[in-house]
This record gives sequence, structure tokens and C-alpha cells, in this order.
Amino acid sequence: MIRQILRKTYIALIFIFLYAPIATLVVLSFNNSKTRAKWGGFTLKWYQELFQNEEIMQALWNTLAIASISAVTATLIGTIACISIQSMKKRNRAIVMGITNIPMLNAEIVTGISLMLLFISVGAHFGFTTILLSHITFNIPYVILNVMPRMKQLNPSTYESALDLGASPLQAFFKITFPDLLPGILSGFLMAFTMSLDDFIITYFTKGPGVHTLSTKIYTEVRKGIKPEMYSLSTIIFVTVIILLLLVNYSPKEKKPKTQSKKG
Amino acid sequence: MSKKLLSVPYLFWSALFIIVPLLMVFYYGLTDKSGAFTLANIAAIASPEHSKALWAAVRLSLISTVICLLLAYPLAMILCNMKVNHSSFTVVIFILPMWMNFLLRTLAWQSLLEKTGVINSILGALHLPPLQIINTSNAVILGMVYNFLPFMVLPIYNVLVKIDANITNAARDLGANEVQTFFKVILPLSVPGMISGITMVFVPALTTFVISNILGGGKILLIGNVIEQEFTQAYNWNLGSGLSIVLMLFIIFNMVITAVTDKDGEVSIL
Repeated sequence: MIRQILRKTYIALIFIFLYAPIATLVVLSFNNSKTRAKWGGFTLKWYQELFQNEEIMQALWNTLAIASISAVTATLIGTIACISIQSMKKRNRAIVMGITNIPMLNAEIVTGISLMLLFISVGAHFGFTTILLSHITFNIPYVILNVMPRMKQLNPSTYESALDLGASPLQAFFKITFPDLLPGILSGFLMAFTMSLDDFIITYFTKGPGVHTLSTKIYTEVRKGIKPEMYSLSTIIFVTVIILLLLVNYSPKEKKPKTQSKKG
Repeated sequence: MSKKLLSVPYLFWSALFIIVPLLMVFYYGLTDKSGAFTLANIAAIASPEHSKALWAAVRLSLISTVICLLLAYPLAMILCNMKVNHSSFTVVIFILPMWMNFLLRTLAWQSLLEKTGVINSILGALHLPPLQIINTSNAVILGMVYNFLPFMVLPIYNVLVKIDANITNAARDLGANEVQTFFKVILPLSVPGMISGITMVFVPALTTFVISNILGGGKILLIGNVIEQEFTQAYNWNLGSGLSIVLMLFIIFNMVITAVTDKDGEVSIL
């Protein structure tokens, strides 16, 4: 009994530790007073100002554009790479997987400066494109690490029997292999998308002056002194994250493999 | 359709954007401004200001890693012992803050801790002395623990969940009490999860410059801050690269430990 109470208390304390800061942001976003210390009544004006702030809206647009384009590109490159990695000899596969792991294990600051040095040396113009290339680079490993386990579970005989039954390799891939890989591809895509949304450090080193994603915009604002618009931005992001997570968690679970009754 | 050809785009991409940039860090780190070979950029870590920053980073990240471990282990155990239908939801609750923008989370602590911030106004209203923690290394530790705690909870939880109940039952049958079962059975079995968690907390904590900038108010210089300033303010890429090489040695050391203890690659955040 006492143990049960201790457990609940511990969970509650950690919960407070994790959520108190977020709750504070949410409350302050409705505070009609410039100073944090006082409650000046309920207001929605910071939300209005947020949406009228063109720089923040531009940064939001950049963030979403970079996250979508980089996640799609990384998913394509990563999935195609998985197909060939699977057919490699053991040693080559180990080397390629080792390289794939580098961006995940290395410190983000080192990845950031290394890409910065690359772009400087080729005289690239720092801006949207350099951020996008960097995001694709650190997104590909997330796709590969999600698709590879699915790839390993594949039964090569089904693909081969499709070929035997007269399917072209492309048909066989899209009718047989692809549906089995799909859950891995989707989770890889989602992970790449969120990693790109959340990234600050690599973006910071590969962005040009005047181009901002939300993260870098928040960073410059924080250094200038916090504006209440940032609180409303946090609230909106938090609510969005909750909704997305609920959707992902309560979406219908992955279907069980069908019996081979369908005729090709 | 040759499968070998399919690997070309990725191999090309990773050569261009992973291998070449890393080689450039080494090139810049091992040369001076005129391009001549030198070890001066790496030796620069021994200078008082740089070694102080490295030492501060190691100290703060070690403290945060230990605190994370101590907080996360009991939490992971409690989560494991929950009823199945509750537990997955609860786990989501505890990793949810991780999905919120990292800068906004740190910003939140700044608002809480500031001299005129939320905590101090509450303390003031209760006629209690104000908390002076912002711009100290304690605030930086707090920020690290807050940001990286989920990275410690997840791997430990993943390992604990997989421990077969029969193993602990067997230990109890054979006469071990609860404390013995924990130290002789559960703890040793969860070592891979702890190691993986330690890596996932230690590396970002060691290399951060954001948390120390926002919560340290520019007064706490970590090795990450020094490298960042060399690149974005001093434009001394050679020195910055040299210091990054030193930083990478720490990361490689950490990776080797992980590889030795987690051979099967069973534990991962994915």
C-alpha cells in the first residue's frame, strides 16, 4: 500500500517537473500583461500578433517546406538504398551501415560545422538550399534504420515467385515487396519529418543571414528578450504535437498479413 | 534492374555530405591559415580558457547524466510494472515533451527561473527569499536534465520490459529477497539499456551550446560555446575544427563503450 503511494507520488513529481514549464508557457500566452510576474487578465492578443508577425510566419513556412521536402527526398533515397544494401555482401553492408550511423552518433555541432565547411569550400550561397541539403543528409539514416528491419523480415521467395509467375521486376517490387515495407517507410518518413521540424543546431550552422526556420527564429528572439508571441507559438506547437501523437497512437493498428488468397 | 545501381544515389550522397565534410573538419583542424600542417589547433585545447571550457562541459554533462540515470531508473521500473493497457499511454506522456521544440522547452525554464520570473514571483508572494539559479551552472544542469531525461527513460524502459517475469520469479523461488533480486538479476540485465541511455544523454549534453547560452546567460562557457564562437564570431575555422576533433575523441570513446556492451544492437531508441 505504502509502496503504491510512493510510486504514484514519484510519477506525479516527474510529471510536474516535465509539464510545469510547458504549462507556464501556455498560461503566459493568455496573459494580458507584458511582465511575466503579474497576471493581467485573459487575452488572445499575442495570438493575433503572432499571426501578424510576418517574420515568424515566413519562418514557419520555411520550417514546414524544409521538413516536407527533406523527409520525402530522404525517404526516397533511403528506401532505394535499403533495397541495394540488403543484396550487398556482408562486409560492404557493414561499411555502408557504419557510414549511415555516423550522423546519428556524431555530435550535432560537429555535423553542423562539417557541412558548413563543405558549403564554404564550394562557395555555396547559404540559405534555403543549404539547410535543405543538410536536413536530407541527417534524415536519410532515420529512414534506413526504420526500413532495414522490415527488409530483413522479407521472404525473398515471394518476390521470386512473382517473377516466376510472369511479373516484371518493377511489378513484383510494387505488388509484393513494397506493401511489406510500407509500415517501415511510413515510420521512417514520420521520424525524418519530426527530426527536421525540431532541428536547431545543424540548421544554425548551415543557414544564411535572413533565412530562418522556427528554431533559429526562436533562438534569435530569445537572445533579444522573450516576446509574448513566443508563448503563443509554443502553445500552438504543443497542442499540434498532442493532436498528432494522439492520432498516431489511436490510429488503426497495422493489419495482419493477409492470407494468400488474392489472385495476382 | 541491377540492384547494385540502386545504391548509387545514396553512396554518392553519403560520400558528398557525410564523408567529405568530416574529412574537411580534419583538414582544417590539422592545418593553419596558410594551409601548412600543424597540431597547434588540437594542442590549443590545453590553453587555460579552452581546457576550462572542456572541463566545465565534462563536469556538467557527467552530473546531468548521473541525475538523469537516478531519476529515470525508478520511473522506468514503475512504468514497467503498470498494467499493460495503461503503460503505453503513460510512456507516451513521459516522452511527449521530447517532441516539443527543444528551444521552446529551454525558453520555458528561462521564464520560470529568471530573477523576475514565475518561480520568484510565486516565492515573493509567499514572502520567501528569491531563488537565484539563473545564469549559474545549476541552471545549465537543470536544463540538460530536463531536455535529455526522456532519452534515458526510453532505453531503460525498453530493456526492463523485455525481462522475462519467470527469471525474477525464479530468483524469488530460489530464496532471494526483493533487494537481492534487484541487484543480482534486474540491474545486471538492464546494463545495456543504461549504457545506451548514458550515451544518448552524455553526448548531446557534452556538446551543447544552446542550453548554456540560454540558461547560463553567456556566463557559462562550455566547449560547445567555444567551438560555436570560433565558427560564427571569430571565423577561426582551423581552431574550431581542431577543438571539434578533440570533442569527437570523447564521442568515439563513448561509442566504443556502447559497441562493446551492446553487441546485438538490441537497445535503441527506435
